[in-house]
Amino acid sequence: MIAPEDWNAIGLTLRLAGISTVVLLMLASPLAWWLARSQSAWRAPVAALTSLPLVLPPTVLGFYLLVTLGPDGPLGRLTLLLGLGTLPFSFAGLVIGSVVYSLPFAVQPLLHAFQNMGDRPLELAATLRASPLDAFFSVALPLAWPGFVSAAVLSFAHTIGEFGMVLMMGGNIPGQTRVLSTQIYGHVEAMAYTQAHALAAGMLIFSFAVLLGLNLLQKRGLRMGS
Amino acid sequence: MVRRNWIRFWSLFLALTAQCSWAAEVQVAVAANFSSTMQAIAPVFEKESGHQVRIITGATGKFYAQIKNGAPFQVLLAADAQTPLLLEQEGLAVAGSRFTYALGSLVLWSRQSDLVDAQGEVLRSTRFKRLAIADPRLAPYGTAAMQALEQLGVLPQIKDRLVQGESVTQAYQFVASGNAELGFIASSQLIVDGKRLPGSSWLVPESLYSPLRQDAVLLKSGQANPAALSFMLFLRSPRARTLMRDNGYSH
Repeated sequence: MIAPEDWNAIGLTLRLAGISTVVLLMLASPLAWWLARSQSAWRAPVAALTSLPLVLPPTVLGFYLLVTLGPDGPLGRLTLLLGLGTLPFSFAGLVIGSVVYSLPFAVQPLLHAFQNMGDRPLELAATLRASPLDAFFSVALPLAWPGFVSAAVLSFAHTIGEFGMVLMMGGNIPGQTRVLSTQIYGHVEAMAYTQAHALAAGMLIFSFAVLLGLNLLQKRGLRMGS
Repeated sequence: MVRRNWIRFWSLFLALTAQCSWAAEVQVAVAANFSSTMQAIAPVFEKESGHQVRIITGATGKFYAQIKNGAPFQVLLAADAQTPLLLEQEGLAVAGSRFTYALGSLVLWSRQSDLVDAQGEVLRSTRFKRLAIADPRLAPYGTAAMQALEQLGVLPQIKDRLVQGESVTQAYQFVASGNAELGFIASSQLIVDGKRLPGSSWLVPESLYSPLRQDAVLLKSGQANPAALSFMLFLRSPRARTLMRDNGYSH
């Protein structure tokens, strides 16, 4: 029932979500850490900027990415100058788009985890003469692990479900930018409902399983924490 | 003096038409590629008939699904001939009301003034990295573009350079934003506010693709609506046809 090009789209989507999640965790950890601890006047504007993708319609986000990353846009000029070509219609472009799109889903759980931790553990670490970096890796990270799990799962799941952004800047290239959601859209628009149903049902079950797992995990994390 | 008479005439005309019981409203679902032309036609129709037009633009395939689910449209101006036929067969449109209101033409367009030549030979070259088309599965202009590429025998060598938009509007967007050097778009998109877009273009010969017939159909909910009936008539009038020709459609 699931055709080879559908499997292709599924594989591409999983790869996109996986790579985006890794990039997101690397970006969001220092960002959330800074947001949780900074007293700077920049804190509020940066926090607002980080949450912006929650509010903006994905198609708007995709359109701006198409224009900014295009040959006339500031970032497009930069990538051309660096000899990278332009990023729309490429897998790398989608990774960048997904990172922007899912950023709040990675930052928020980490931010909460860091905030809930409070200052005490770090103060204690400081009295034991741990450097701030050492304190981050040996105290904060182990304490905040449920936050990291939430951030990773949510980023992954959210990227799997992204659609409007990909539609705007993907160009529907098999193996490059034709992901699961745009493939389902294509099937529906072409009235190939059986194929669409198979994929959509699979996606629904997957999403439910992920969220169920996350909930069970959080419950366990809470119990362990208390 | 003459002007004042005109004002009197128009105020009388407006007062009369406003009071007439046949001043009604029609909701027209319009294919995305015809949207700017429809914007030009609607005010002329409103002035001549006294009726009101409400325009809803979108993809024909979506309109089909919406109409099947009871969308309150009275007229559909589709991007193809199939959808109106299907609606008629399914009893959602008034039998015998279908007609071709416009014929679209396919154009190869680039923003660069020296890229597209008069024979479309650029397609055989390596002077471009990306060629934008509408998704051939979803949009008639995409199907036409694929037919033309096949007829020209260039499909194998450019296959890896194709990018697809979900509609011809998006194909246009990809070229207009500079992300694709070349793209197959509708000739109606080449005219914006009565002016031709800058760059270079090639009007693809009609022998290279099957005609882009765009059909109009009166939907069931419009069969007793005077505004809908009057609009269907107006679409065939010389005035409407002139406006369509000015916007890049033929008949």
